[in-house]
Amino acid sequence: MTTKTIAGKTVQVNDEGFMTNPSEWTREIATAIAKEEGLADLSASHWKVIDFCRGDAGGNGKSPTLRRITTVTGLSTKEMFALFPKGPAKKVARISGLGKPEGCV
Amino acid sequence: MSDDTRKVAFICSKGDLDMAYPALVMGWAALGNGIDVTIFFTFWGMDMIRKTRQDHLQIAPVANTAMKLSMMGVKGMDNAGIPNLLGALPGMTAFATKLMKDKMAELGVPPVGEYLQMLVDGGAKLYACKMSVDMMGLKKEDFVDGVIDIVTAGDFMDMTDGAQIIFI
Repeated sequence: MTTKTIAGKTVQVNDEGFMTNPSEWTREIATAIAKEEGLADLSASHWKVIDFCRGDAGGNGKSPTLRRITTVTGLSTKEMFALFPKGPAKKVARISGLGKPEGCV
Repeated sequence: MSDDTRKVAFICSKGDLDMAYPALVMGWAALGNGIDVTIFFTFWGMDMIRKTRQDHLQIAPVANTAMKLSMMGVKGMDNAGIPNLLGALPGMTAFATKLMKDKMAELGVPPVGEYLQMLVDGGAKLYACKMSVDMMGLKKEDFVDGVIDIVTAGDFMDMTDGAQIIFI
């Protein structure tokens, strides 16, 4: 386990760079990670997904799979790939300060 | 998009229900990891993209030595098989198929058509094999919307330059 300073705050991350303590997450951190992931501006739609993932994970830090995100939020797979290109579930998990999504669907 | 994006290409040659899922699961995982996905459907694998066939794929209990009674819910029978003679009875293929579909549904795994559409929505590129299409007398209209084109094996090689190719 290592630490990393994001948006001026030191947080715990795992080998793959996912935050391991969801309570250390802030919205500023999300914006900073999004920039690292190539998303310069987070729109209201982005935040809707991020907030959903944070809520869905509860306190345990387990991020939802892409299928769960689309099924529950009503956003389509296409929209998710447009909002978070190249691996939406993984990308939004990282931005939301959650672990890598588990599950094959 | 940078040129160093990892690429994976699947060749789907089987039309059995159990053989449809490997490319769907791995393709979906690949898209989820930002990997470029191309799928080439050939021979029986074209059933996965045929409008009239894709949601009617089946699994046959005959000559499948790995299919054991334990999978049918009989406990402690890990090594007791389903006799081929029994598997050949009318309705056994439908029974095995229903069993597999139910198990997949329990796990939240979508049916073939819906799964494939998810891959298309995620950016996967689907192609049908020209030789198989000609042999089976099919047309582009016979395929679901996500299928981009009917291409030759040579075209497939061109479009998968630098990709890791997985044959199923």
